[in-house]
Amino acid sequence: MKEYKTVTQIAGPLVFVEKTEPVGYQELVNLVLYDGTEKRGQVLDTSDDIVVVQVFETTTGIGKDTGIRFTGETIKMPVGRDMLGRILSGAGKPKDGGPDIVPEKRLEITGAAINPWARGSPRQFIQTGISTIDATNTLVRGQKLPIFSGSGLPHNEIALQIARQAKVPGSDEPFAVVFAAMGITKEEENQFMADFERTGALEHAVVFLNLADDPAVERIITPRLALTTAEYLAFELDYHVLVILTDMTNYCEALRQIGAAREEVPGRRGYPGYMYTDLASIYERAGIIKGKTGSVTQLSILTMPGDDITHPIPDLSGYITEGQIVVNRDLHRKGIYPPINVLPSLSRLMNLGIGKGFTREDHKKVSDQMYAGYAEGVDLRGLVAIVGKDALSDRDRGFLEFADLFENRFVRQGHDEDRTIAESLDLGWDLLSNLPEEQLVRIDRETIEKYHPKYRKASTGA
Amino acid sequence: MEVKQKKGILKRIAGPVVTAVNLDAHMYDVVKVGDEQLMGEVIKITGDNVIIQVYEDTSGIKPGEPVENTGLSLSVELGPGLLTSIYDGIQRPLQVLVEKMGNFIERGVTAPGLSHDKKWDFKPVVKTGDHIGPGTIIGEVVETNIVHKIMVPPAIGSGTVKEIQSGSFTIDEVICVLDTGAEITMLQKWPVRVPRPVTEKLNPDIPLITGQRILDGLFPIAKGGTAAIPGPFGSGKTVTQQALAKWSDAEIVVYIGCGERGNEMTEVLTEFPELEDPKTGRPLMERTVLIANTSNMPVAAREASVYTGITIAEYFRDMGYDVSLMADSTSRWAEAMREISSRLEEMPGEEGYPAYLAARLSEFYERAGRVHTLNKDYGSVTVIGAVSPPGGDFSEPVTQNTLRIVKCFWALDAKLSQRRHFPAINWLDSYSLYLETLGPYYDQEVSPDWNKLRSWAMGVLQKEAELQEIVQLVGSDALPDEEQVTIEVARMLREIFLQQNAFDPVDTFCDMDKQFAIMKAIKQYSDQAYAAQKAGVMTPQIIGLKAKNDLPQIKFIKDYKPELDRILASVETEFIKLREAV
Ligand SMILES: Nc1ncnc2c1ncn2[C@@H]1O[C@H](COP(=O)(O)OP(=O)(O)OP(=O)(O)O)[C@@H](O)[C@H]1O
Ligand SMILES: [Mg+2]
Repeated sequence: MKEYKTVTQIAGPLVFVEKTEPVGYQELVNLVLYDGTEKRGQVLDTSDDIVVVQVFETTTGIGKDTGIRFTGETIKMPVGRDMLGRILSGAGKPKDGGPDIVPEKRLEITGAAINPWARGSPRQFIQTGISTIDATNTLVRGQKLPIFSGSGLPHNEIALQIARQAKVPGSDEPFAVVFAAMGITKEEENQFMADFERTGALEHAVVFLNLADDPAVERIITPRLALTTAEYLAFELDYHVLVILTDMTNYCEALRQIGAAREEVPGRRGYPGYMYTDLASIYERAGIIKGKTGSVTQLSILTMPGDDITHPIPDLSGYITEGQIVVNRDLHRKGIYPPINVLPSLSRLMNLGIGKGFTREDHKKVSDQMYAGYAEGVDLRGLVAIVGKDALSDRDRGFLEFADLFENRFVRQGHDEDRTIAESLDLGWDLLSNLPEEQLVRIDRETIEKYHPKYRKASTGA
Repeated sequence: MEVKQKKGILKRIAGPVVTAVNLDAHMYDVVKVGDEQLMGEVIKITGDNVIIQVYEDTSGIKPGEPVENTGLSLSVELGPGLLTSIYDGIQRPLQVLVEKMGNFIERGVTAPGLSHDKKWDFKPVVKTGDHIGPGTIIGEVVETNIVHKIMVPPAIGSGTVKEIQSGSFTIDEVICVLDTGAEITMLQKWPVRVPRPVTEKLNPDIPLITGQRILDGLFPIAKGGTAAIPGPFGSGKTVTQQALAKWSDAEIVVYIGCGERGNEMTEVLTEFPELEDPKTGRPLMERTVLIANTSNMPVAAREASVYTGITIAEYFRDMGYDVSLMADSTSRWAEAMREISSRLEEMPGEEGYPAYLAARLSEFYERAGRVHTLNKDYGSVTVIGAVSPPGGDFSEPVTQNTLRIVKCFWALDAKLSQRRHFPAINWLDSYSLYLETLGPYYDQEVSPDWNKLRSWAMGVLQKEAELQEIVQLVGSDALPDEEQVTIEVARMLREIFLQQNAFDPVDTFCDMDKQFAIMKAIKQYSDQAYAAQKAGVMTPQIIGLKAKNDLPQIKFIKDYKPELDRILASVETEFIKLREAV
């Protein structure tokens, strides 16, 4: 392989090389330093005169004496079934002291788009054991449902609880977890790894770790390696794969850094104008394919800078993903775990996976009614702050109390409390029965008569 | 003149935009890029450099590879076979792509938009000796349940029919010959960036009935009109667009998934064949053409997808059909323009969008309209575009430029969607500029009372908004009795009339009679309530009237009339009892 020593400029993570043979766009590049160490990069822009290489590691040590080798191919990843149970670096190299992956295949990490015609519709209910997800923001297999959180909030605990408890009731198909950390702290890493080891989850997991002190630019490829692995496990080995990507905010920061180094015209708040498209190339790699058994479900975590849901990172994510679970600071301050605020949360695929034959026939109605009741109660809290409780009508006081009950009994649950969907829905009914029956306008008579505790007690009593 | 060079070579590759030299090209020529012959389009020429946007992934392409100019503009194939198809942004049929390259979209595979092997039964409607010209309908093919009318392509010119066939033909076989020697097949090709010609544009004065109460009832759109649905993520743009695609009384629907989710297209693909067109009883898919260029498919093809879609829509309009086109989302299209423009290092306008953003948007919406076709029939294209403003902030350029053009504004509101008030269309911010022109239609076709009833409902909702401000300060019990009733009536309008569940098999579609009946029922309660109040009945009794609690249920009942009559009768009886007790 020919080696060029024609570096003309180094700016941020970018290295400019001149007078080369024709080099392919997105080609993998090896950079050989004066002391023999190798770094990797990728071609971002190629022309007769100049080639721009984005280096995945720090540019420390790179200079005009660095040898540049173009490999003639785009980045590929070796995959194989012995990846399960392995811990790899953010660049895909073994990090657990184990041997290299025995490649059964080498796959492009960019991953082509699933042809919409080939997609199957995701509708298999995943029970996470968390009421605010299962009952009111149901997750289904093949969905991409991120957790929108803030710094210092217990999103990792929630993600771990989901990873531990998630199951499709009545199914024993093989499952796997692909975990990709981007820029998380050592402490967070320990938290995840300890939990994986404690529960034996590691056996079914492939872990990619790019920590806070690892090169930021490497984060651009980490999620792509993880998703390539997930697609392989799902669509070639028939696993149901849960992918956890954390923290997407760090990924976006890396993207911004590269954009700035290229002196691109920035979009909103300095993030590249193509961030939507770039994020889509990650989030859209979830789903199921007609005629294949496996599935890829994505549960990414992102921390909203300043808890602001309109910040470009959560905003663009929300425009791509199929809903979001929003973790809330006020609930957290009140000591409620998991502090999930259902109001801005949403699962768009919920309607496909619930109801008769999936969960329970009353599911949608109970969920809608709880939303309406809780929203009303939360609004009234604002009013009470101004006019005092006495100015409220009886009806309004009922909703105010409902909101408190909802937070304390429905939202709140233990770290290891694994509620079945029936338990979550029955709990919902218990709380709703504190409201006057004629206020349950979102539920039809027939359903009320079948599930409302008042009638249930009457029928069991008889 | 310099020597024409059909083949040039690549000089630079940076993402979806590449530069070629030594290539003779015109703007918007379609070119084949690289050894793999990826499809691209010329978008800029400066000096020797020809700049090309490539519709497929350019990874691995090297400087020095060849570029070939086809000399053609980006065109679509128009003819029998369009209906029920699903295409990518440049009209490659996705089903054929799966057959050719599997479940993932790899590159370098081409496939024509229409099947060139399939035979269609052609029945002529003109005969030898007839004089025909551009746009004349010369025959029919029954495609799905829809009659596909075969027209003289605009480029053929006029002439007298010398020969015309009847029978089974492919789209490439000649079915008609003119005295001028011109040969006509069932296939037309049309450059997507050029509007198809019409005789004249007419004023839209017939409503597109959507079956959505808040739209038909408060903010109607005309056939051939334009509407924008802006809203933050998760507020209901796609659900609304899909409801319109399902239930609006258009004869043909073109649905463009422009830079959105793959699963949403799958949803349409699985649902539409199962659902029935309320007008014809046939599967909805039979009147539908889908364009799916999802967010992770090439961005240049996303840019092209809206043009591909509107050209197909115009083609069916030219047959004399009412076509409605949904574009979800026009913001993703604008972003594709921005992405390409920034790679061209053009001078950016507002928020990095190219300076020509406003012009492109208005050119697009201008292709909507109710027209007199070349064949002197009436046809229309209604265009409904979703807008996805960053952070849900409507002051951004795409929303603002769109609002300057479209006549209906259906503003989605995150506050409403978070409360699960669906459709989350804000009734105070939204508007329709068609109200007046459509008034006479509602008068004649629905009821002479309709327009009055509508103004009454809008009035109550506006009054409620004012009263709510007071309630926020003093609590609702402090309001005068009469206004407490107003608040209750407004609540009923919101919860019964405005809220509509797109996922309920009955409520998802509400015909005009039912819309009228529901609104009238609420008005009836309102009238009786104020009368009772005058007669001395206590306000809490009026508001707490038991019989009206069943009213919301009629939304979910198909044959609602007997139940509605029963409820109205018991409302009346309960009021009478209350007044007697005074
Ligand atoms: N008319 C409706 N009836 C019932 N539910 C609705 C209705 N409209 C919206 N929803 C609910 O809101 C969710 C989000 O709607 P939708 O997907 O249309 O949002 P969107 O505005 O298109 O978001 P994005 O910009 O991210 O694509 C739906 O999944 C559904 O749960
Ligand atoms: Mg949408």
